Amino acid sequence: MSQKIGYPDYMRDLIKIVEETRDRRLKERYRRLSPDEKNELLKTWHPDYKEGTKRPLKIGPSAGLMVPHEVADLIEAYPLVEPNDIDLSKVDYDVDLLVIGGGGAGTSAAIWANIEGIPSENILIATKLRFGDANTKMAQGGIQAADRPNDSPAIHFIDIMGGGQYTNDPELVMELVKDAPFIIKWLEDLGVMFDKEPDGTMIELSGGGTSRNRMHAAKDYTGLEIMRVLMDEALNRGIRVLEFTPAIELLTDDFGNRITGAVLWNMETKEYYVVRSKAVILATGGYGRLHIQNYPTTNHYGATMDGVVLAYRVGAKLRDLDATQYHPTGAAYPDQILGLLITEKVRSMGAQLVNIDGEQFVYPLETRDAVSAAIIRECYGRDKGVKTPTGVRGVWLDTPMVDMIRGEGATKRYLSSVYRMYARFGIDVTKEPILVFPTLHYMNGGVCINKYAQVLGCNGVIEGFFAAGETTGGVHGKNRLMGNSLLEVTVYGRRAGISAAKYIKSGVGFGKLTLNHVIRFKQELEKLGVPRSRRSPMLLPEYRGEKVLSKAIPIFPI
Amino acid sequence: MVEKLAQRFVKIYIMGKEYEVPEGITIMKAVEYAGYQYIRGAGCRGGFCGACATIYRLKGDYRLYTALACQTTVKDGMYLVQIPFSPAEKVRYNIEELKPTGSTVLALYPEIARCVACNACTKACPQELQVMDAIQMIKRGDLSKAAELCFDCISCGLCSIRCPAEIIHYHVFQLVRRLYGKYIAPKAKHLDIRVKEVIEGKFDEELNKLIKMSPAELKKLYDSREIESPEG
Repeated sequence: MSQKIGYPDYMRDLIKIVEETRDRRLKERYRRLSPDEKNELLKTWHPDYKEGTKRPLKIGPSAGLMVPHEVADLIEAYPLVEPNDIDLSKVDYDVDLLVIGGGGAGTSAAIWANIEGIPSENILIATKLRFGDANTKMAQGGIQAADRPNDSPAIHFIDIMGGGQYTNDPELVMELVKDAPFIIKWLEDLGVMFDKEPDGTMIELSGGGTSRNRMHAAKDYTGLEIMRVLMDEALNRGIRVLEFTPAIELLTDDFGNRITGAVLWNMETKEYYVVRSKAVILATGGYGRLHIQNYPTTNHYGATMDGVVLAYRVGAKLRDLDATQYHPTGAAYPDQILGLLITEKVRSMGAQLVNIDGEQFVYPLETRDAVSAAIIRECYGRDKGVKTPTGVRGVWLDTPMVDMIRGEGATKRYLSSVYRMYARFGIDVTKEPILVFPTLHYMNGGVCINKYAQVLGCNGVIEGFFAAGETTGGVHGKNRLMGNSLLEVTVYGRRAGISAAKYIKSGVGFGKLTLNHVIRFKQELEKLGVPRSRRSPMLLPEYRGEKVLSKAIPIFPI
Repeated sequence: MVEKLAQRFVKIYIMGKEYEVPEGITIMKAVEYAGYQYIRGAGCRGGFCGACATIYRLKGDYRLYTALACQTTVKDGMYLVQIPFSPAEKVRYNIEELKPTGSTVLALYPEIARCVACNACTKACPQELQVMDAIQMIKRGDLSKAAELCFDCISCGLCSIRCPAEIIHYHVFQLVRRLYGKYIAPKAKHLDIRVKEVIEGKFDEELNKLIKMSPAELKKLYDSREIESPEG
């Protein structure tokens, strides 16, 4: 049911300016930024460089690492439960493998552990929301893999390293680009409906910062399509899933260098479960819901960085958490969809970014960090943005160009989710441009891993502990390219599953269950004088109305 | 960047209880504004996951409407409830052992034969998909068309709640899409070639050289790399 909101008159008048310049712009190719220009643009306008938004971590294995205040506040925080209040002698689940997180990485990991010989009844996926509620499902634009004749994993490698400002872990990147074609093949074999030519050739587009057209897609529901196929496969294999049951603490053996299980919490009944497992795979995703620097986010409801918090307490090292990805094109109008993702694929298919004068101001397929910075500069540095009735600023994404370039019907066919989202609010994106502004999209950094997806602490590998997906860092360095997150969750999810299976099959037994690491971490927090009210993991963001919260009283004890 | 709420208020009824909420916000934000904290009923918050299936009626209107709470603006006098879960058993199967035919689907989900073409599913779909047509295509054995019609399904379950034949559409559609993607869609031959090349180690030497390069050396390569036109 269309809600017939559409654009107010003054915005319609401004759209006329965009229409007037469109024919000319169709032939116009905006100049790319030189390396120096890009550098200058980022330093001046990217939110990562804004002063006063970060501080160094004061305790733990990565003390000294600069992170946003919102991240530090969760890492330097007390546990949700007192370690002594949990009875670890009563084990609720005895499994070979516990996978924490039911998104793309966790599900890939569980499937591959099963393929590698761990019986499905000995695998348990614990997830905070429903199975598959993850950023994977919301990824729209595509998944990269260098599989065309004019492309190669080496070119893919260079694109990634440059996009990440050469801060990536080269070995992790190498494995990513080498595994990529196999992963696409695996997904095709599972039944993922990729966009193809009639002869089976993949339809591949470019993305910001890619030098070859290697974006495989399933319309603009690529992540949804991959996620639902992975879920279906995991369920077919009989892998058990505990929904609405996040991990609130990991368990370690006496010495603290081996992970032996986790404490889960049933959010509905409020009871905790003790899981004893030979190996744990952490795949809890990123941190969009921390709303760093008050940005709206594209992320799902549960993206609160829980895994990073838990991993840090057991001694995992962290990296690149100072670099946050702001997706250049979040919806800026209407308010109902503020901050929601408008896929980069819209630009891949030809739509340009234009200011209030109807002029381009940046090449639309620069890397995301650069395009975001350019939009912020246009709105706040040059005052060439468009203001919405509620005061939000944005620039135009000239969506009608897509059908003009790719042929009538292309938008509805290949960008059906974008088309639908705006149609719901009375805007036809094939006829009118849309207003966009950067939105918090991705946690570039995270937990340190090696190419076997083993988690790294100060003294090397933490035994029995694996991680994959957005919760990890290193693959993308300081800036991820479009289409490499779906690739990362499947490549490293698979690697984590295979590595964990190998570890389990090597004959390890169950380890002792302790929370000694939490007790030690608490002592450090006390020394640091962290306020007692600061607790984590966050689990869910707080969106209840202020009026209600100010009057709420907890009569039922939690 | 903090969202500014409109100043005017509307009355909504969440499971019958009256709340005043700002005009112009989504049902999801309104429910939160009213003081509820979601555990179930909120997922992606962007129209992709189907966690926030909602049914509502409006004052003076007998019709039952369906919506996604995260994609729908509140209206004055809205009586609403969310249906965060629809009970349905997913049939287990091994995709490797199936044939891509209508009878495969019918054997696993025989209730699709009970479709009376009432179109209640289509009317209930918040994605505005031709749900009933997709079911009919399966019955005709046209899995390609069915897969295309149901591709944008987000498994919210609203169709299945309304269906008098008690079909579990979203599970049926998942099976159909996998059968299509795996068996009917043409295979990407260039992909097989590249996978083989990677296994044979064709790119190892070059990559092993690249991972040892300094940032400055890589930067030189990156800045001078040839860029393919987005139009191909």
